[in-house]
Amino acid sequence: MLRYTARQLAYMALTLIGVSFAVFVLNEYAPGDVARKLLGAYATQEQVEHLTRELGLDRPVLVRYLEYAGRLLSGDLGQSLTFKVPVAEILWDRLSNTFLLAAVAFAVIVPVAILFGVLAGVREGSLGDHLILIGANFISSLPEFATGVFLASIFAVWLGWLPGTSPMTTGGGWSVAAQLVLPVLVIALYDVGYLIAMVRVSMASVMRQPFVRTAVLKGMSRPKVILRHALRNALIAPFTAILLQVNYLVAGVVVVETVFAYPGFGRMMLQAAMAKDIAVVEAGTLVAVLIAMTTQLLGDLAYRLLDPRIRLGR
Amino acid sequence: MTDISDIAPMSTPVPARGTRRLRLSGAGRIGVGIVLFWAAAALLAPILPLPAPNASDLLALADPRPSMAHWLGVDLSGRDILSRIIWGARTVLTVAPIAVAGATVVGALLGLLAGYRGGLLDTVLSRTSDVILSFPVIILYMIILTRFGASALNIVLVITVTKAPIIYRLVRATTLELSQREYVAAAQMRGESSLYIMLVEILPNARGPVVVDVCLRLGYTTIAIGVLGFLGIGLPPPTPDWGGMVRETYGMISLYPHMAIFPCVAISTLVIGFNLLAVGLRRRARA
Repeated sequence: MLRYTARQLAYMALTLIGVSFAVFVLNEYAPGDVARKLLGAYATQEQVEHLTRELGLDRPVLVRYLEYAGRLLSGDLGQSLTFKVPVAEILWDRLSNTFLLAAVAFAVIVPVAILFGVLAGVREGSLGDHLILIGANFISSLPEFATGVFLASIFAVWLGWLPGTSPMTTGGGWSVAAQLVLPVLVIALYDVGYLIAMVRVSMASVMRQPFVRTAVLKGMSRPKVILRHALRNALIAPFTAILLQVNYLVAGVVVVETVFAYPGFGRMMLQAAMAKDIAVVEAGTLVAVLIAMTTQLLGDLAYRLLDPRIRLGR
Repeated sequence: MTDISDIAPMSTPVPARGTRRLRLSGAGRIGVGIVLFWAAAALLAPILPLPAPNASDLLALADPRPSMAHWLGVDLSGRDILSRIIWGARTVLTVAPIAVAGATVVGALLGLLAGYRGGLLDTVLSRTSDVILSFPVIILYMIILTRFGASALNIVLVITVTKAPIIYRLVRATTLELSQREYVAAAQMRGESSLYIMLVEILPNARGPVVVDVCLRLGYTTIAIGVLGFLGIGLPPPTPDWGGMVRETYGMISLYPHMAIFPCVAISTLVIGFNLLAVGLRRRARA
């Protein structure tokens, strides 16, 4: 177990170095753009060249990458060119907003997915199973921006119950909680279908196992069989999938953040990428990859811990 | 983005009963109907009696809502929404199939190679696909498309790169299994080349799951193209593009919700069509 974790951590570090270099090269290949973007279309060529030199953008890529990596390791993420603040500041600010959104969405998605997945999987092939499966398939077919537009039209425009934008300030007269409802709903609708299907498959396969039949035959009541025997086994496989949703919830929610003007991590990345704000894009990418790989490792480890049949040695 | 398809092959086959089989083809038929509807719209776009997708009817701007002259209304520039949706079908039904074909060909060929040959090649390819799959796809799209510009070609390329690993895994796993079959051993004994064995003996037998996956992939690629358009890193304006149409108008949703709603309905129905088609195909493959 320990050796496995250590190897995965080393692999993670290598991947991070590779990714940071790839993104750095990708972004810095055309350094002239940065100064031009900053100064605008009316700046003279001399001004652009001057700023390029001042920012040190005219030196070899490898030298600048090593410098950058050095600064990164000492905790300095640089200065954001578009947001005009240190990268670390804007990054943590937006990340904490996204974590809030993700945490609330997660708290909604997981119980709903387990409930419907178990209901469907317990009686595979029944009418209820079919309805849940069709419903899950249907909601995960809708792009997030479409769900967002539909829900905002109904609840914000037509009924006027909820705000159509969620800037997370209380100036508009809506509480922060009210502003979270629609974004969370859109994320949950898009994401929950996949998890329902996942729990359902796992539950259905457990229900076919001999030990479930034994429990039924020895006279145990059905709810008891399901709760005591089947459920525990059925949740092992989807556990990893559930953890991996953290990955989607952090980076993938950019669409929802854009629909509702939510000041989150994904939207910051989009703005930074469009404005060629390299420092923010670089740091944000590393954070996103780090989160992705950490959740993957945690999922892997948890899976091994939960299921003693998987041997840990190798 | 997650998708439901990755776990679907895990569900175990259910014995087909008469009534069940009937219902199965029902879902598939609805899917075929929806996809054919949009395909017909895309094909017929130039000959339908519609205003040009980029022509502005400035007089209609006085009341942009649906009317006799513009059945689905006009957008903020006075462009006919019905026309833009139908021309938009042309856009998405061109880009999505090409991108999926690219991902399928690349993924399937590499999967065949890795599964049949194994060794270092397999390790390298599998590790690479793991890295791509663990990468937050949307951030990859943002970086690449803002760096190299959002053209149809670049969109096809990024989708190929991000979707190929999924097909690769599928084909590699199937190939590993099929390589153990007698007919492969027989072909090896006959002295056939590896290329012949991979393409003639193994590939046709790995086709089933790939065909189902292609339909699902088409649905999710349609979503991806819509999302790119919506985020403003998709096809450049004034290309009629469903995601882009929503992007341009969702800010006006409190005044004119129809401008954003109609393109959303269009993309949702097309994705549902592809997914129903996949469900139908999978069940037929199973029955």
